[in-house]
Amino acid sequence: MSEMRDPIESGVPDHVQYLHPLMKKNYGSWKRHDRPRPGVLHHVANSGDEIWTVRAGTQRQMDVYTVRTLCDIADKFAEGHVRFTTRSNIEFMVSAESKVAPLIEALGKAGFPVGGTGNSVSMISHTQGWLHCDIPGTDASGVVKALMDELHSEFIKEEMPNRVKLSTSCCEINCGGQADIAIVVQHTKPPKINHDLVANVCERPTVVARCPVAAIRPALVNGKPSLEVDEAKCICCGACFPPCPPMQINDPEHSKIAIWVGGKNSNARIRPTFHKLVMSGLPNNAPRWPEVAAVVKNILKVYKEDARSWERLSDWVERIGWPQFFEKTGLPFTKFHIDDWRGSRATLNASTHIRF
Amino acid sequence: MSKPLPETPMLDQLESGPWPSFVTGLKRLAKDNDMMVDLLGQLETSYKTKKGYWKGGTVGVFGYGGGVIPRFTELKDENDKPLFPAAAEFHTLRIQPAAGMHYTTDLLRKMCDVWERHGSGLIAFHGQSGDIMFQGATTANVQPAFDELNEMGFDLGGAGPAVRTSMACVGAARCEQSCYDEARALRTVVNTFLDDMHRPALPYKFKFKFSGCPNDCVNSIQRSDMAVIGTWRDNIQTDDALGKAWFAKHGAKELVNDVISRCPTKAITLVDTKDVSKAEGISSVALNGTQSLEISNHDCVRCMHCVNVMTGALAPGKDKGVTILIGGKSVLKIGATMGTVVIPFMKLESDEDYERLVEIAQNTIDFFAENALEHERTGEMIDRIGLVNFLEGIGVDVDPNMILHPRSNPYVRMDGWDEEVEKANERKARAA
Repeated sequence: MSEMRDPIESGVPDHVQYLHPLMKKNYGSWKRHDRPRPGVLHHVANSGDEIWTVRAGTQRQMDVYTVRTLCDIADKFAEGHVRFTTRSNIEFMVSAESKVAPLIEALGKAGFPVGGTGNSVSMISHTQGWLHCDIPGTDASGVVKALMDELHSEFIKEEMPNRVKLSTSCCEINCGGQADIAIVVQHTKPPKINHDLVANVCERPTVVARCPVAAIRPALVNGKPSLEVDEAKCICCGACFPPCPPMQINDPEHSKIAIWVGGKNSNARIRPTFHKLVMSGLPNNAPRWPEVAAVVKNILKVYKEDARSWERLSDWVERIGWPQFFEKTGLPFTKFHIDDWRGSRATLNASTHIRF
Repeated sequence: MSKPLPETPMLDQLESGPWPSFVTGLKRLAKDNDMMVDLLGQLETSYKTKKGYWKGGTVGVFGYGGGVIPRFTELKDENDKPLFPAAAEFHTLRIQPAAGMHYTTDLLRKMCDVWERHGSGLIAFHGQSGDIMFQGATTANVQPAFDELNEMGFDLGGAGPAVRTSMACVGAARCEQSCYDEARALRTVVNTFLDDMHRPALPYKFKFKFSGCPNDCVNSIQRSDMAVIGTWRDNIQTDDALGKAWFAKHGAKELVNDVISRCPTKAITLVDTKDVSKAEGISSVALNGTQSLEISNHDCVRCMHCVNVMTGALAPGKDKGVTILIGGKSVLKIGATMGTVVIPFMKLESDEDYERLVEIAQNTIDFFAENALEHERTGEMIDRIGLVNFLEGIGVDVDPNMILHPRSNPYVRMDGWDEEVEKANERKARAA
């Protein structure tokens, strides 16, 4: 082998070199913005300079041909500078309003939906799934593609009461993150243990320590050191699977999909909130997950009709209360909706505040 | 040129519809790329069986202990031979982008060229921690791919029990709500901890995130161990001309329903302009010739709602800085935790301010490294030991802004009460 090259430990590169010239010039000195149409932001600087941003959805997992197509559009119709949002939308910045319409037309022709601004349903935050993850219960890009096909019209319009952020996660670790509506795998059976492999593959004390409910203990199985699970205690969370792949938690039939709503990280109005369980038991039905899409679309439809302007999903539920949420959406309320994890008493109704 | 595409009836169904299709992208790559042909084969198998087929391993670049996500196929025949051999190794390089995720097309094209030479041609913009994910390289190609990206000025991000790649909102580059230079803060802090990023030796992961205002567009409060969120101490700034323009366009209904009644602390009132208070802590914005909105800034919690609705007419104050919240994380193992206030306010303007920010980060990481259990996040550690022990560990005084309300149970030993009152009085005297 040839001599190894020492890395240049340069860390995060300087962002200034990649900024659009108007962003560089007016850095830290912006006055206001408006949205001339869905998918377009118009910012005005204290200097009087104006910049228009056109936002478009992407598939996030992009082949180099797609990236080059976006670069061609940026070079021909924008000004050679782009950025990405945290939800994998791409943004093109231009210095003249006249450049906006041709840019939108070019993006449309190339198949990139323009939208994702203001009160729209933005792109779904997601991770790797079957494409690249070592512990996925489902796919990520495929679920997102299927759902965004269904939600496309809400991405390109701004007709929701407030912005709607979605996420998908392929296991209960919830890498997709908190969201107004989160789609998360929910396992329903304890792991199936391949006892022949545990001793060689797993660091057993680590696996024992990883369990949130202390349901795993070392055991000798068929004369080999292995692990056993107290299935009465097991909450089927899958936390043991990453450190010990022979504890297979994913199951084609019993790994279900749950829907959670009302997560919000913004401090606007009520404090940030975590999303709450509203539906589970949905099948992991590749390649288009129609049952999941139906539940998500129904929640969005009810929210759109019932919430007042500027109410995020969490603000809306705060006003109408959970009983009405379940009533209006038609989703079943079950014993599983009542929390019994640590701190759960604080989630019970310690009052006579009841809406009739 | 490459081997024939496998039958992919399941994935084919993800090529129709209005949203851009990653499957179409994978197939385009597969025209002259065997790795992608076999990747499609494995992915189609996952779609059929509903099982994942990747396992981790140990792959890296010379000099670093992390930053590469190794993936080896587990889909093998009875002789232990991979069913899709060209994709048997499919590793990811996590590369840190510039803060704010800005690119020139020239840079993106160069990145594509590197990944066409050494990888599969598949790139994710971006991973949930903010990395550019160069997905799909053989073990042998990881080093040359990194070398080229590294020579272009890019460096690996974090993986495993390490400081992770960070994110900042667009912030000062293009947003009027920005309260500090998010990108400078990110780069200053993260580049201080590159050793902890590239040589994983912490109890577990540690994430920083930087949002320019309390709208928190990069979700720092829920997704980072240390969230730096812009805010301000003085009065909301107002612009009468823009206030009148807003009211002329939106009218009384929106003013009442969307602005006044949505203020979480009822700090906004409608007043006759002639009656606007001249007291300190009051700001006002004109709506028409006779009426104004009056904001009681000492009651305002800087939630951003009214500023979002009446952008330009209302704006963050001039005395800007940041609030730092520590302990945010997702589900494993005690349940999701939010970051909570540790530094209610600090300025972030001078070089000394940035040094103090780095010092807070350093103290937090040092305490975390010393005290957290294996695989325990900072928020879980604080949950276990209590906030006060953590504050004492990093040398930060208690502050009522850190809590929603004081203790509601008597189960605490308070024989040090008089000394603590003394300390409280000293803090008060210092602040005065």
